[in-house]
Amino acid sequence: MKVHLPNSAFLGNINAFLRIIDVSNPELLEITANKKWISVHPVVLCIVASLGLEVLSRNSDSPIRCEQFTAKSKHYFKRMGMFDFLGLDSEIEITEHESAGRFIPLTQIKKSADLSKFIEDIVPLLHLDQKNAQPIRYIISELVRNVLEHSNSKHGAIVSAQYHRKNNTIRIGIVDSGVGISHTIRKSHIAETDLDAIRLALTPGITGTTSKEGGTDYNAGAGLFFTKSIAKINRDFFIIYSGKTLYKLLREKDGKDVILFGDPLSDKHTKDIDLPNWTGTVVGIDIGLNETEEFTKLLDTIRNTYAASVRERKRNQFKRPKFI
Amino acid sequence: MKTIKLFPIVGSFAENKDKARDVRVQEIIPILESGDSLVLDFDKIDSITQSFAHALISDLIRNYGVDVLDRVSFANCNETVAKIIEIVVDYMQ
Repeated sequence: MKVHLPNSAFLGNINAFLRIIDVSNPELLEITANKKWISVHPVVLCIVASLGLEVLSRNSDSPIRCEQFTAKSKHYFKRMGMFDFLGLDSEIEITEHESAGRFIPLTQIKKSADLSKFIEDIVPLLHLDQKNAQPIRYIISELVRNVLEHSNSKHGAIVSAQYHRKNNTIRIGIVDSGVGISHTIRKSHIAETDLDAIRLALTPGITGTTSKEGGTDYNAGAGLFFTKSIAKINRDFFIIYSGKTLYKLLREKDGKDVILFGDPLSDKHTKDIDLPNWTGTVVGIDIGLNETEEFTKLLDTIRNTYAASVRERKRNQFKRPKFI
Repeated sequence: MKTIKLFPIVGSFAENKDKARDVRVQEIIPILESGDSLVLDFDKIDSITQSFAHALISDLIRNYGVDVLDRVSFANCNETVAKIIEIVVDYMQ
């Protein structure tokens, strides 16, 4: 496997980074990087960490080759825990006077109890006030629980987040190397392509655990819809990548009312259906803190869309007697 | 009428679905089966997830019908908690 950390890879331009990931040869991971400056979204770090865990679990000799980082921004990767996570000696020193910033370093979550503890730490690590803490811990809880319940990933969820002062934005990445969305959704629904599966996974009320409306006693099929909705209402990016397909929710323009849709393909989005095959699921989201909608208002909008979407599907399934 | 205080079980951010299911199976359902009514007390809980609320109450509506809401009340819910419970009750009907 090969991965190259480019000059820039954020949710808006992440396609180029994903396109050149080489997932062949799972015995070896080669990491290269831009020589001058590397600036990436936390989801990129989660992807690298996930690939690293995969090769490390195969017990081959020296499974990770990482070239010496020369970019001035190399300290970022040390701070975010990438080298430690991969068991590499970066030879990068961090001096005491450097600001710690607001970030959550790469963290592996394998159990429900670990998630509860992790969520407690989010607010102080990111220095969030109550208003901004609500959607962020909500998103992380729902997405990581998805991984723990559905992915069958032996490595659990890899999570990382970073506050970016320039945009006043929290950027979050959550990645697993499990079975992927298509495998999960196809247990209960027909999905010919990865895009079909992602579309169903983002539709409110649809879960891979049952074909019934309303889900099971334990799964409603709402976590991803809520997450996408929070991003959309706040006019932020949201990406989900599984199999060979990337779905990217684009940012809404300022000044216009935001309308939620039950069908994610009705949202302003792009899709890339021919990327390297990611067996698990990658989710990235940005939450701008300037325009964060009041969480309760956001819930009102989600409630209306959710109920309308489920009612519409129930109406379509409603059968009338045939009088002949 | 019996009261189940949730904060000591789930903390201020109620997101652990396993705990929600345990409360439902081990505490709520036995009360309903005995013919009694109950109050779910959200005092000191500042937020919940939809997944938590779903694991707590969706199966009650599915199995007992929506009239179960005449026997299950929700106390000390702030606006966020109340709205998320309403979303779950909405889509389960």
